Amino acid sequence: MPSSDSPDVIVVGAGVIGAACAYYAARAGLSVTVLDRGPVAGGTTGAGEGNLLVSDKEPGPELELALRSTELWRELADVLPAAVEYEAKGGLVVASEAAGADALRAFADRQAAAGVAAVEVPADGLRDLEPHLAPGLAGGFLYPQDAQVQPALAAAHLLRASGARVRTGERVTAVLTGPRGEVRGVRTPAGAVHAPYVVNAAGTWGGEVARLAGAHLPVLPRRGFVLVTEPLPRVVRHKVYAADYVADVASGSAALQTSAVVEGTPAGPVLIGASRERVGFDRALSAEALRRLAAGAAALFPVLARVRVLRTYAGFRPYLPDHLPAIGPDPHVPGLLHACGHEGAGIGLAPATGALIAALLTDGRPPVDPRPFAPERFAAVAA
Amino acid sequence: MPDSPSEPRAPLDGYDLDGYDLAVIGAGPAGTAGAVAAAGLGLSVALLDAADRPGGQYFRGTASSTPQGGAAFAALRARMATSRVDHLAAHHVWSVTRDGEDAWSVHALTGPDGDGGEPVRVRARAVLLAAGAQERQLPFPGWTLPGVVGAGGAQAMLKSGLVLPGKRVVVAGSGPLLLAVASSLAAAGARVPAVVEASGYLGYARHPRALAVNPHKALEAAYHGGALLRRRVPVRTRSAVTRVHGTDRVEAVTVTRLDRDWRPVPGTGRRIACDALAVGHGLEPRIELATGLGCATRRTPDGTDALVVNGFQETTVPGLWAAGETAGVGGWQLAWSEGELAAVAAAVRLSGRVGPAVSERLRALRRRRDRLRSFADAMAAAHAPGKGWTDWLTDDTDVCRCEEVTAGRVREAVADLGARDARTVKLLTRAGMGWCQGRVCGTAVSCLAAGGTAPGSVPPTPARRPFAVPVPLGALAALDEGEGGESTGVAGLGRCGAAGPGGQGPYVLGEFADRTLDGVGTRGGQGAAATGLRDSRAPYGQSAPEAQRPSSPPPFGIRDASGPGAVGVHEPRDPVVPVQRRGTRGPGTPGGQRPPAPDGREPAQPARPAEPGRSEPSRPGGPEAPAPPVD
Repeated sequence: MPSSDSPDVIVVGAGVIGAACAYYAARAGLSVTVLDRGPVAGGTTGAGEGNLLVSDKEPGPELELALRSTELWRELADVLPAAVEYEAKGGLVVASEAAGADALRAFADRQAAAGVAAVEVPADGLRDLEPHLAPGLAGGFLYPQDAQVQPALAAAHLLRASGARVRTGERVTAVLTGPRGEVRGVRTPAGAVHAPYVVNAAGTWGGEVARLAGAHLPVLPRRGFVLVTEPLPRVVRHKVYAADYVADVASGSAALQTSAVVEGTPAGPVLIGASRERVGFDRALSAEALRRLAAGAAALFPVLARVRVLRTYAGFRPYLPDHLPAIGPDPHVPGLLHACGHEGAGIGLAPATGALIAALLTDGRPPVDPRPFAPERFAAVAA
Repeated sequence: MPDSPSEPRAPLDGYDLDGYDLAVIGAGPAGTAGAVAAAGLGLSVALLDAADRPGGQYFRGTASSTPQGGAAFAALRARMATSRVDHLAAHHVWSVTRDGEDAWSVHALTGPDGDGGEPVRVRARAVLLAAGAQERQLPFPGWTLPGVVGAGGAQAMLKSGLVLPGKRVVVAGSGPLLLAVASSLAAAGARVPAVVEASGYLGYARHPRALAVNPHKALEAAYHGGALLRRRVPVRTRSAVTRVHGTDRVEAVTVTRLDRDWRPVPGTGRRIACDALAVGHGLEPRIELATGLGCATRRTPDGTDALVVNGFQETTVPGLWAAGETAGVGGWQLAWSEGELAAVAAAVRLSGRVGPAVSERLRALRRRRDRLRSFADAMAAAHAPGKGWTDWLTDDTDVCRCEEVTAGRVREAVADLGARDARTVKLLTRAGMGWCQGRVCGTAVSCLAAGGTAPGSVPPTPARRPFAVPVPLGALAALDEGEGGESTGVAGLGRCGAAGPGGQGPYVLGEFADRTLDGVGTRGGQGAAATGLRDSRAPYGQSAPEAQRPSSPPPFGIRDASGPGAVGVHEPRDPVVPVQRRGTRGPGTPGGQRPPAPDGREPAQPARPAEPGRSEPSRPGGPEAPAPPVD
């Protein structure tokens, strides 16, 4: 694999999006250098649960990206080592009351029309799928396409499989440009790295990288907490969440929102999400967020109330105002491409994002229609 | 919230204790001295500790093996019993949250091991963190065999009157604790075939001044050394146990000479028969409760992380104070001084008043602390692990025993997957994700990650552990609803305690992990243990921020030449104006039910705010608190 100090493309960010961009760009024949100021998977990737979801997305461009990514993840699962813990375990969305079940049914019908597999589960069938679910829930839907990976390992193995040159602990301090404002490379404390293309895959910090290039991308952090329990036998088999999660994901509110998202892992611990709040990069523990997560999870799975939580951690989802990632060329800086702003879905959307970036770099066939993701939709704000 | 104490509570229901001025976490020398000093200045104080009795690790247990200072601590304990300190024994603090300006919550679980008890929330206007330290372990082949115990754990077992870890016990590792442990083991009847110290003791000689002004420390070392000589215990310096032999339990160890960087010198291994190994490499401050709040830390010369504090023991988060090992390991006398200093400074802050006597007391406490700290600095440098120690790890040595992650897998994550720090190693291998949350393996994993030859290493940061102990999910769910709370995603939780029995058994710990977590948490540390350095005395306090804080203590004129030492004997002659407490709901009032005292007696009257204009009765000339024996 060719890699030198003057690669074809520089990817800024060694999270799962950067890894996927590096992987597909390299497969398209480009030499790639990946730079990150921190370690591999040090940002949002390392703070996530590794969800590959179609169930929480309404029909539209993001769902298309997710469906394409779901296929690509299945391919990657055969290529990458088993250590990435790819698990096609399916998602189970439950409604606590009849009205919620009706709304969920209408939502699932629309998803089905867009290509999502969704199977209605009546109230009395829920505990066949999840024996420890609380009694009295109104019903739910099973989404067999939902899957999970261990996100940090997935990113690290994708990066390794890409053959890209990976330089961690190296912060990009400037984007080098030529006389017409076109990208020529980047500068780091270790010196200049020259390349005709720079991919901004800096996730939640993508706005900063864009600024270095004189571009504008309004990425904001949206904090989430995850609770991790002691290792357990398989108490929770699917990814199980309450129907109002979908509404929270789509909401733009800055206030704290929580909805119970519960899932087991091959290693044993149960992971509990998901809270959302816009509080900047504040990692301080929010007792209220933890209380709501715990209460929500214990309401779904009463058996968990006695289980001990070993740790919790905060992560910052890269949030763009219209909840769609920015994928594609910057409208003002030739040679700069953005691949960030995937909010909480970056693991799931990574492969199609990487494939799309690779197609844009090589004039290949894009895996999805690139137009809804074009960063120029924020150009008016920059002007 | 139950209405009366007699009403049986559902487990996990929990209760609140409101209205304290100061919550002190940890009842070792630092916390106890701080609590007593604060109460003496009119503050209402809650002192939370995991153990049943105050004392921490150093003053653990009873008279059978009274450590140096035991009489002084017994006097302090007696004074606390008659003070307005609410000692909340068997309270395991899992988190501290900041609710607002001068408003903190300390979250704890009750019960012998924090399991099966109730969640408790203690509200206070300021917090003093005195959580002590835990023993540092560096793994080696065979360290997971039964019969290998922590050196501090062995000491704790002896102090608790428990059995010896074996009949022939090799003591190994590094740090002044080893001599004390060997001496205790020998006194309790064990044979100690060898004390194996990875450093040389000559390191102390490079700091003659620190020794000269702390002669008691030299005496301590001489005392233990003399005891070992009398019992003919050989001490091998610049050596390490590099392998443990045995199938079901320890049968022998291999002791190997080390070079200057702690690399094993080939061909120097010697086998020593034994049936137990007590091992430890100094102490690590327990700071996770503070780092979760954003407190700044500093890297000590021996590679541990300690809290940054200013000249008055306040952390970089205003209102949160730290004393004892949390601010850098330095032994019980330093801890005592720091605890008292922090308490007095916090009282000044909360009352907004300082008089000449308090000012003088602060000055003397600072002088004493600075002198003891200089010795701690010298010790830290002498016992810093050499970077070559990882050479004694074979690829199949378990580094993280909770998750059974070998050194080989950690090295692979570094070499092949781009891990450059402990956190990324954890994400890629699960090392440190298990029951102990990296408390045992954290140092080893960091060293292996930083030892990678590839460039791009990431500066080490202290591990983030928002929960200091595991918390039942139901206890989290029972936390008070916050302001303007929205409903949770799923309709009404009801009472989580009503959950049926799980079916999943508790995660079973190995013998060593048990002891390491429970026994070796050497809160308060060992007398001679000293592995912290604080060369920049007031990293931020010396500049504007502290002085500009409206309620901060006025700068104390520290130039005059009042007599050295004799700290802790200054009764404030001027009344410190009692603190005006905002909360009216005190412990013992409805809604603020308090737990029974640990010994079953009627709990002491909860702290009440002193009447305005009246301070604690002063006893002219009498000691405010029994001072630790002054060298």
